[in-house]
Amino acid sequence: MIPQRTATSSTLTLYVNDTAHTVTADHRTTLLDVLREHLDLTGTKKGCDHGQCGACTVLVEGRRANSCLLLAVAHDGAHLTTVEGLGDEGRPHPLQEAFHERDAFQCGYCTPGQIVSGVGMLCEAAEGHPSHVTPREVLERATGAPAELDRDEIRERMSGNICRCGAYPYIVRALEDVRHEVTRADGPARASGGGREVPA
Amino acid sequence: MAAPKTTEGVLGTAAPRREGRAKVTGTARYAAEHTPPACAYAWPVAASVARGRVSAVDDSAALALPGALAVLTHENAPRLGEPEDATLHLLQSPRVPHRGWYVALAVAETLETAREMARTVRVTYDEEPHDVVLEPGHPRLYHPEWANGGNPGDRETGDFDRAWEAAPHRIDVTYTLSPLHNHPMEPHSATAVWEGGHLTAYDSSQGATPVAELLAHMYGLDQRQVTVVAEHVGGGFGSKGTPRAPVVLASMAARHTGRPVKVALPRRHLPFVVGHRAPTIQRMRLGARDDGTLTALHHDVVTHTSTVTEFVEQAAVPSRVMYGAEGLRTGHRVAALDVPSPSWMRAPGEAPGMYALECAMDELACTLEMDPVELRLRNIPDREPDSGKPFSSHGLAACLREGARRFGWERRDPRPATRREGDLLLGTGMASATYPVLVAPSTASAQAQGDGTYHVRINATDIGTGARTVLAQVAADALGVGLDAVRIDVGSSDLPHAPLAGGSSGTASWGWAVHKACRELRESGGTVVTVDTTPDVEAQQEYARHAFGAVFVEVGVDVVTGEVRVRRMLGVYATGRILNARTARSQFVGGMTMGLGMALTEHSSMDAALGGFVEKDLAGYHVPANLDVPDIDVHWIEEHDPHLNPVGGKGIGEIGIVGTPAAIANAVHHATGRRLRELPLTPDRVGQDLAGAAG
Repeated sequence: MIPQRTATSSTLTLYVNDTAHTVTADHRTTLLDVLREHLDLTGTKKGCDHGQCGACTVLVEGRRANSCLLLAVAHDGAHLTTVEGLGDEGRPHPLQEAFHERDAFQCGYCTPGQIVSGVGMLCEAAEGHPSHVTPREVLERATGAPAELDRDEIRERMSGNICRCGAYPYIVRALEDVRHEVTRADGPARASGGGREVPA
Repeated sequence: MAAPKTTEGVLGTAAPRREGRAKVTGTARYAAEHTPPACAYAWPVAASVARGRVSAVDDSAALALPGALAVLTHENAPRLGEPEDATLHLLQSPRVPHRGWYVALAVAETLETAREMARTVRVTYDEEPHDVVLEPGHPRLYHPEWANGGNPGDRETGDFDRAWEAAPHRIDVTYTLSPLHNHPMEPHSATAVWEGGHLTAYDSSQGATPVAELLAHMYGLDQRQVTVVAEHVGGGFGSKGTPRAPVVLASMAARHTGRPVKVALPRRHLPFVVGHRAPTIQRMRLGARDDGTLTALHHDVVTHTSTVTEFVEQAAVPSRVMYGAEGLRTGHRVAALDVPSPSWMRAPGEAPGMYALECAMDELACTLEMDPVELRLRNIPDREPDSGKPFSSHGLAACLREGARRFGWERRDPRPATRREGDLLLGTGMASATYPVLVAPSTASAQAQGDGTYHVRINATDIGTGARTVLAQVAADALGVGLDAVRIDVGSSDLPHAPLAGGSSGTASWGWAVHKACRELRESGGTVVTVDTTPDVEAQQEYARHAFGAVFVEVGVDVVTGEVRVRRMLGVYATGRILNARTARSQFVGGMTMGLGMALTEHSSMDAALGGFVEKDLAGYHVPANLDVPDIDVHWIEEHDPHLNPVGGKGIGEIGIVGTPAAIANAVHHATGRRLRELPLTPDRVGQDLAGAAG
């Protein structure tokens, strides 16, 4: 569809968790605020609004991103996955179950961002992306094989998501529990979804 | 009647959180996630001077923006009854007591417009000179009568001066802590709706009952006309303990505009308006005999408060509890500066005070060439040193011994700066921990549903502690039924009134009421029972009641970068009965993690020229990230203290942060041989110190 624009707002379509939503948004509105205030998808949290805490993490075309730093108007047609879209019909994602089982949260406010970030991180690792703590010899081999996720790899790759309650050791265990359950096939292609057109 | 059915397996088990699935799937709603029809948005305007008066507000450009609804200032905001906490008397006067104080509130159809309006409002001030920097010799320091928590400002038992003069071994050192910020992940928020004279507020609070009482008082309402909901709260750590600005601002704006209004504070405002841990300068003088017996102890605390309210961080109080001395002097001096108002932050008093005391004990152990665990064991008192009261139970020795055993402490070479691994100097350190057992009266109700299930109602608040889950366990235990047979409602002021989640007192206070209601229901065989524990709490005998713990840490200090990393961390705690192993462990680990932040990353400072905090957000104020935190080992000593509440817990929410900073600082000394008496131990400080020592 052709977006309708005024000087200060645009009509755009976002594919959120495989559902199309057409919204008219102020050009200053972030993806985060569209999710929370326009679509009532409040699972994605606002912790700092400055890209410092990771509570607002969503997958954009399968890649994790801080939705507070993205303007909605620049994402017409984008495919997003939020915490509400993880897992299958009525069955939570294995990482959601693992967080619950490991008590990997207390207040729960950073939790959706941690979980979405974790899913994105596991896809990155499955694709062989290294991290800051990946040993030099592994980098030099550059085989493209899935990255081995030991605890320090998980810690480093999850350090963009702050948890003030201090659940980090259990977040690491939850990710260890499911690290082999998320594969390359769960990556961007699947996360970007099919895009059914549904009126907002 | 038959003996109560045993319910082993309900209380004490690791039941998962009742709201856990809602939290991991994103369906748990927090205060700013209720959007009633026609909801408007508000954005506060913070004072840009450190002291003075608002002389004029020009809101014409702001109100001309499309979608603008109102600008509230001290000139047009609804008049409010004066609250006990003057920080909540918002938009009632032109006075600006500190930078960041709210001087206006912009209200609009959308969040974006409200924010733009707040930027557009022109406020002019009659500025006055300000004084924001705490110094040990500040001329405005005075001795407060009371420090936080109802503790006397100054105390002395015995004759400190004489004991000090006579002591063969003496330590006289000063420790400095910067201000610290709570920064819960959910910024303080509220959504307020007025409907036919009834005010409903969704508030991010550690206790909805005090919020409802405040709103009723401020608006001259009967408390039945106010409902405050705090179903899910994204952390607080003290900063949501009593009512805060958002619920006052949202309710005023909603009243003024006739619309529901949502206020979520910007992260960068939090340090200025939600309270902070006040900075402290703590002089410690310890005198001891050859055998390590403490004979003289002076803990002198210098701190700041604001001109709005007197809050005195009770950092000297743990020295009244931990170790005896013939001459024991503890006191506080405070200066009311033009700074934001300090308030509770996790373990106020104990967290900073035990940093100073436990580092000084480590210094004394080094002076005496005595093992620091042994030094503490030798100084455990028979009675609480300051009050002379008997302890209800005392688990410190058990924690120290069990911690030392588990950590492998006996293999430690006490000589500092002797272990090296490449660029890393390695060291180990330990410290004791303590936190008082607090309990407050509460009400609760329990109802038999007639089908074998029960409904428990109490305005407890689950800020992430697991309160909802633990109280259901308490109820099931008292009723003699399985956990699935208990439904529990918490988090609304329409429920039976209860105290706030603070002072590690929630489970004891609420659990007592839930236990009492369920026991009475079971014994009476009726359908509904409502109880009040006021008489039970008041009938408690005079004991000194404290939780204790011991923390052991191993660090690596990079001699090139000055970076300190914690490699191992162990906490052993004696906190009465543990009611839920899963949520308890999480709280201990969480507290220790915040203690790690206090030791290594968290720092704030006042801008002397501009009069505000420099570290405003999470980019400037560094809370620990995932990679900063190692595996943390937590154990507890089973304690059966007959002088507590019927559920037997001492409170666990705060003790984890106590002791951890000192244990880390002591480990850094052991690693490097250098004693830095100021936190946090950031690479710049440690690196410069090591470079200076080498040069």
